[in-house]
Amino acid sequence: MSNATETTTETTTLSDAPPTRWQEYQKIMDNGLWKNNQALVALLGLCPLLAVSNNVVNGLSLGLATLTVLLMSNGLISLIRHHVSSDIRIPVFVAIIATAVTVIDLLMNAYLHTLHGILGIFIPLIVTNCAILGRAEAYASKNTLDKALVDGFFMGLGFMVVLVLLGAMREMIGNGTLFDHIHMLFGDIALNWTIHFSDDYQGVLLAILPPGAFIGLGLLIALKNAMDLKKQNKQQNALGIPVQVSPKTEVTN
Amino acid sequence: MKTDLESTKKTTRNPLFKQMFGSAYKLSLFMFVCIVVLLMVYQLTAPQIAHEQREAMLKTFNKVLPPSLYNNIPLEDTLIITDKNALALLGSKEPVTIYRARQDQHPAGIIFQATARNGYSGHITLLIGVLANGTLSGVRVLEHRETPGLGDKIEEQKSDWILSFKGRTLQVHTENNQLIANDPRWAVKKDGGEFDQFTGATITPRAVIAAVKNALLFVQKRGESLYE
Repeated sequence: MSNATETTTETTTLSDAPPTRWQEYQKIMDNGLWKNNQALVALLGLCPLLAVSNNVVNGLSLGLATLTVLLMSNGLISLIRHHVSSDIRIPVFVAIIATAVTVIDLLMNAYLHTLHGILGIFIPLIVTNCAILGRAEAYASKNTLDKALVDGFFMGLGFMVVLVLLGAMREMIGNGTLFDHIHMLFGDIALNWTIHFSDDYQGVLLAILPPGAFIGLGLLIALKNAMDLKKQNKQQNALGIPVQVSPKTEVTN
Repeated sequence: MKTDLESTKKTTRNPLFKQMFGSAYKLSLFMFVCIVVLLMVYQLTAPQIAHEQREAMLKTFNKVLPPSLYNNIPLEDTLIITDKNALALLGSKEPVTIYRARQDQHPAGIIFQATARNGYSGHITLLIGVLANGTLSGVRVLEHRETPGLGDKIEEQKSDWILSFKGRTLQVHTENNQLIANDPRWAVKKDGGEFDQFTGATITPRAVIAAVKNALLFVQKRGESLYE
């Protein structure tokens, strides 16, 4: 897909840019991947996240589709931001997002047909992923094209990483495999990429069914919070300030 | 006085109307651009999508009816069933297309879809291949929403169960000029039949067996006329 080329052009602009801009991009990256991760912190787009994350391939393909849609919608919305008055902005954003999603849906149907069949309704449902309208409204409509694209890319990447991690967890526990059906995404060269952990693994149904998605996501959020807390404590110790656990992190733990 | 009031009304109204029409104009413009883009992408991808759908269909065709048995193109030799009684046997409310396979003009077999309407969660769509002599050549599940790990053993990837239909026939007898299925083998073992049930899921196999049985009854009722 076009993601690979997008990344390379972005990295070249990053290295040429003056340090202040570079810092800006780094902040956007940090927000998208960690601090304001759409799936783990903002908890947006849970419907596709929970429904499609039952294996790595589904997670990865829906993640890639969402990332592409976010890139397209953020870019287009940033481009037209001066031409749309505030009273019609939401319908215009929705139309742009719906168009981007339909384009991706048609392209996947044409060139990744089997995968499209499996993901089925969840590709058109990207339209309803609040993360996309959220980024359009909160960021792309107020920022320049380059920043909006970087934001779309890293917000999408953060969402995709969570989808893949959750998919890997559920597939390993529920099915005893990893990367099952990956050839549907990468073609025949990937036919032997599937990892089977055991020949007679019966599988844990709970992990594959919807509750498994909730439990898995809960564990991922807990892990992220624990890592944040550890980092926070470390920083405070380095400054010689006694460790204080904030009430917010206590609750989340 | 009156004219004065009207003129002030007009001046206060005008900017509002202007804004409204401006917004409406812009919104329609954006929608128009979106529609044009979509139409273009649709036009570009339509042939490829049609090709992929055809390929996907052929792939499943080959699973229910060996391609070595025929030399025509079943996708182009079709019969559309609209008769209500026949559609009831096939579990469908929409017309069903029968794809006919022939070897040198002689009937070789037919391929068609049937729906089991009483699955554990919703409909189960099946693709069924029947040889010209009424023997089943294969059944595959095209679409279902049965419970993963229990009912989804009807999928070929999950278990060999669906392969047990191959080579089976249905015994029928005539009663009041009506063909009626008379074959106790067509049930799960629990109900005295010959088919395995799944642990924890008997509703799913029961539904599939009943759907295939009805489909075979439909084929026997129609007989030769299916190839005309």
